[in-house]
Amino acid sequence: MTAALSYEAVLADRDAIMRASVGIDYQQYVTGVLAFDYERLLADTGYDIQRTQDVQSRTGVGNTPLIELHHITSLVRFLAAPGKGARIFVKDEAANPSGSFKDRRASLSVYEAKRRGYEGVVAATSGNYGAAVASQAAKAGMRCIVVQEAFDSQGIAQAEIAEKTRACEAYGAEVIRLSVGPELFYVFLCVLKETGYFNASLYTPYSIVGIETLGYELAGQVQEQTGRFPDLVIATHAGGGNVTGTARGLRKAGAVDTKVVAASVDLTGLHMASDRDFNRKSFTTGHTGFSMPFTTWPDRADVPRNAARPLRYIDRFVTVTQGEVFYMTQVLAELEGLERGPAGNTSLAAAFSMAQELDADQIVVIQETEYTGAGKHPLAQLNLAKQMGVEVRRGDPRDNKPGQRIVIPEHPSQIAVVDVDLEHVRRSYVRHALEAVHGEQPMSEIDLDFLAAETRSSRAYVKEAVNEWHRTT
Amino acid sequence: MAEYIEKGTWVEIHRIVLPAGQRASQVPGETQQVPLEMRVKGFLAERSSLGDEVEIVTSVGRRLRGMLTDVNPAYTHSFGSPVPELLMIGREVRTILGGTRGGG
Repeated sequence: MTAALSYEAVLADRDAIMRASVGIDYQQYVTGVLAFDYERLLADTGYDIQRTQDVQSRTGVGNTPLIELHHITSLVRFLAAPGKGARIFVKDEAANPSGSFKDRRASLSVYEAKRRGYEGVVAATSGNYGAAVASQAAKAGMRCIVVQEAFDSQGIAQAEIAEKTRACEAYGAEVIRLSVGPELFYVFLCVLKETGYFNASLYTPYSIVGIETLGYELAGQVQEQTGRFPDLVIATHAGGGNVTGTARGLRKAGAVDTKVVAASVDLTGLHMASDRDFNRKSFTTGHTGFSMPFTTWPDRADVPRNAARPLRYIDRFVTVTQGEVFYMTQVLAELEGLERGPAGNTSLAAAFSMAQELDADQIVVIQETEYTGAGKHPLAQLNLAKQMGVEVRRGDPRDNKPGQRIVIPEHPSQIAVVDVDLEHVRRSYVRHALEAVHGEQPMSEIDLDFLAAETRSSRAYVKEAVNEWHRTT
Repeated sequence: MAEYIEKGTWVEIHRIVLPAGQRASQVPGETQQVPLEMRVKGFLAERSSLGDEVEIVTSVGRRLRGMLTDVNPAYTHSFGSPVPELLMIGREVRTILGGTRGGG
């Protein structure tokens, strides 16, 4: 019986449950107080690009089209200075079997679970990933359970998550719907313990390696269509897997000079564990409520070591407002004939702004779309927002205030990314890292090098940041 | 008199996982004041009535217990009404592009 065991007892048993359900002994990768061998953790999956593509192609995952957005590029050039306005392309990941790039993440996990003899898979997710795992499990003949945070204390379901419930159930999964709160993790652990199923976490090495084919494919497609690698690839950023896997795939394709941009919807001021805020966010992922905590400390995930480590790969981190994303979703439909989203449209809004800074012969790629439909659509979200008392109006997107006011731009010239200060993010990462080992033995040179790699900085930078932390605590 | 729901009917059960006041320490005050609730669908194991404590068999074959709250639960999420704030966007951007193309 799910959640028949006490909260304390289950959390105390957490490490053993994780070990049994992921099948990875994370301890063997530990090299310091903080440090672990990240590359070996990924390499030990045994999957290179070719082998990943082989597994993914069995279920029709990947090889999605790359589409040039000619009309949106024209609009960019109308607004940009003469000679500016990069060509914008989008990778139509909605063409994957369950309608999003999450099929790439689910494919290796389910394949591995099957190969190792697990009877079923469990995923804690309220988003597309649940449908992806359920779809892959259906194809593999495995059982699937999805644990969702789905409704508030008034019983009002978030519209997009309601659609995910339906999709998962359509694929034959058992869906456990919960009200708001991080204790979802407790229910998730109970289910793993009771069933002995595989933990198809978003953050295992399999989930990240599965995304590498996305970056790899798009680099090749851009080169084939334009004769060069992209200048900018923009990924909608939440837990960090999308950025991490895409960037790694780009590098493996040889696109080492391509800049990787992480884009999130700004949800500043809303609390992720708040029952009240739950249905006032209008976005269920791709927002700062996930991307900030996961970028500044990835190891808050449902596995001991997160294989998504975005700060290692991000060249620029930007935010856009809710209203800007809804505006661009409508523009994508009406100018390009693509009704997609919501997730990739966060990157689209960022691309629309950033392409104006680049030269006209440069190339920007939005690396995903997702299927749209009832619930996961601007109409559904804006109607829910209005129902929850959030004001919706046209105006200056700078007046957008998450949870209170969604401002749809009046003119495309108002769409502008806001840069997140990566220096601040790096300091925050180091602070979280130090807090995580507080009271333990001092850090070695290996740990300093690890932190330097994690923050894309230097040993000298890390030493200085560590000293600063000691001075201020 | 309560109406019976036949064994094997597709239903939803509800259960309190953590009561109000017994939530994790890190959750905000207003979330502390409400319970952590769970809803799951499955096939009813025995003939019962709404509000009964029942057992279901889920789509993966697990047996779960909870209060019977819904029969053949509907998917009610939708698009809703057209949103006036979005209706003019397409026209506006086409006008801008039309202008750059010299009309059309």
